[in-house]
Amino acid sequence: MSWPDLAGTCASPDMDFPSGLFAHEFMRNALMASTGIALAAGLAGYFLVLRTQVFAADALSHVAFTGGVAALALGVNELVGLVVTTMLAALILNSLAVGSRAGDIEIGVLFALILGLGVLFVSIYVSGHATSNSTGGVGVLFGSVFGISATQARIAILVCAGALVGLLGMARPLLVASVDASAAAAQGVRVGLLGGVFLVIVAVVASEAVQVTGALLILGLMATPAAIANNLTARPYAGMAVSAVTALLGTWGGLVLSYAVPTLPPSFAIMAVLFTLYLLAFAFRSLTAAHAWSRQGLRFEG
Amino acid sequence: MIEALTQLFSYQFMQNAFLAGSAAAVLGGVVGYFVVLRGEAFAGHSLSVVAFPGAAGAVLFGLPQLMGLATLCTVSGLGIGFLGRTRLRDQRAEAAAIATIQAFMLALGFLFVSLYRGLLEGVNNILFGTFLGITRGQVWVLIAVTLVVLALLTVIGRPLLYLSVDEAAAAAARVPVRLLSLGFLVVLGLAIAGTALITGALLVFALLVMPAAAANQLLTRPGQAMILATGLGLLTVWTSLIASYFSDLPIGFLVTAVGLLFYVLARLGGHLRLT
Repeated sequence: MSWPDLAGTCASPDMDFPSGLFAHEFMRNALMASTGIALAAGLAGYFLVLRTQVFAADALSHVAFTGGVAALALGVNELVGLVVTTMLAALILNSLAVGSRAGDIEIGVLFALILGLGVLFVSIYVSGHATSNSTGGVGVLFGSVFGISATQARIAILVCAGALVGLLGMARPLLVASVDASAAAAQGVRVGLLGGVFLVIVAVVASEAVQVTGALLILGLMATPAAIANNLTARPYAGMAVSAVTALLGTWGGLVLSYAVPTLPPSFAIMAVLFTLYLLAFAFRSLTAAHAWSRQGLRFEG
Repeated sequence: MIEALTQLFSYQFMQNAFLAGSAAAVLGGVVGYFVVLRGEAFAGHSLSVVAFPGAAGAVLFGLPQLMGLATLCTVSGLGIGFLGRTRLRDQRAEAAAIATIQAFMLALGFLFVSLYRGLLEGVNNILFGTFLGITRGQVWVLIAVTLVVLALLTVIGRPLLYLSVDEAAAAAARVPVRLLSLGFLVVLGLAIAGTALITGALLVFALLVMPAAAANQLLTRPGQAMILATGLGLLTVWTSLIASYFSDLPIGFLVTAVGLLFYVLARLGGHLRLT
């Protein structure tokens, strides 16, 4: 994958907008793959925020980077490299007592190591391909959604549908375990196992999301919709729905925006849309909070 | 061996690399101690990631690199403090806000890079650092940043320690919790901006977390732990620079490898002392 393809220049400006949107196969593939990935990422992200595992997910997405360039450096299939390394990391992270303050530092140290290894693999890959392609890692870092093939899109849909079913199936016990682990354990929920399975699902979704947003922006696709949902509602099931739907809207909006304005790379456009929505949601919450305050104040005075 | 080392120090770029690396290690050790104590490794990582759009934006708009870094890093520090605000620390809202800002800033960096095609070869350097291109001017600026950060920390250090250990008690004692937390994020942003010059955006984190985490395993008194963290950071940077000079391994990888070694040794040492 060479650089110009990554920057969204596949969509050349002379394409007619919006009628040409679905006429191009690369666009259909991109929309199809990102639909599945966004829904799964948004739902997984809701639980990540609830379980205060955002930092772990951040580390996981950087594992995706290291896994991706390791696969490039060793010449293995990229998706296989991604899935294997992220799952391995998910299991390690799950054993590091994630979420507690003690876990914070261990994740941090593991994280730095992961990045260091990523650098090593980049340099191996670059010196192995002496023909100047020092940007081999950039596709892994920032994604190449307009380069997704029909097969890749189908795999993405299937994998993410599986992840969605898994997440919805374990939603109830996972909610209980996330809010009050000891109460869940008392009810016979196997908290540790549940957490492990959850992180493995996150790992699979993250591996798929590398194609759309790249390793560095997976976190945005997962955590931003969840942050938006948390600003809008406190009810868990509504929050899950809002989070998944927001991720989907952000991704579609970003893809269309990037198609219409080809200078904007798709992964930037997606994040820009999501960030705008986040600011709106934050403003909404602040305003309603202020409103509630002033009403309360009136009541006190009256 | 001695000969090779004297030759190494006769190159000006190596002198610059050692000076800049040492300043970065001091920053990382002292600021990193607070990061570890406050459990803010995630904020630390996110701010270090912001160094990427900072550096890329500086190239795009033709500004000095450190200016771009310092601006975006401090702005993001303020953004994290503002968007993640709650009366007492709420980890969920804070983490979600940090993640959002991090992802948006990274995307911004990618936009800058794709707007400025010439930066192409520079992406890996911005992300993963290089010690080859540091100028004497940058060294002076970095030393100035280090002094400013140390001065700020001497002012807010004590109350910051208090609130890092027990926020509720500090709030009850009328320590300005919100202001200090925000102030620390700004200091963190500044420190990271300086360090990113040498280690690159993604690996600032290694100097920030690894030496401090190692020191924290061995010593409990804040002052001593900060000094030990700084010492470990200096050792890490110096060995990495020398090893990188004699091998072809990237500096970023070496810094994390040496840092991890110290951390593992420190953990073992901590265990032995306990038993």
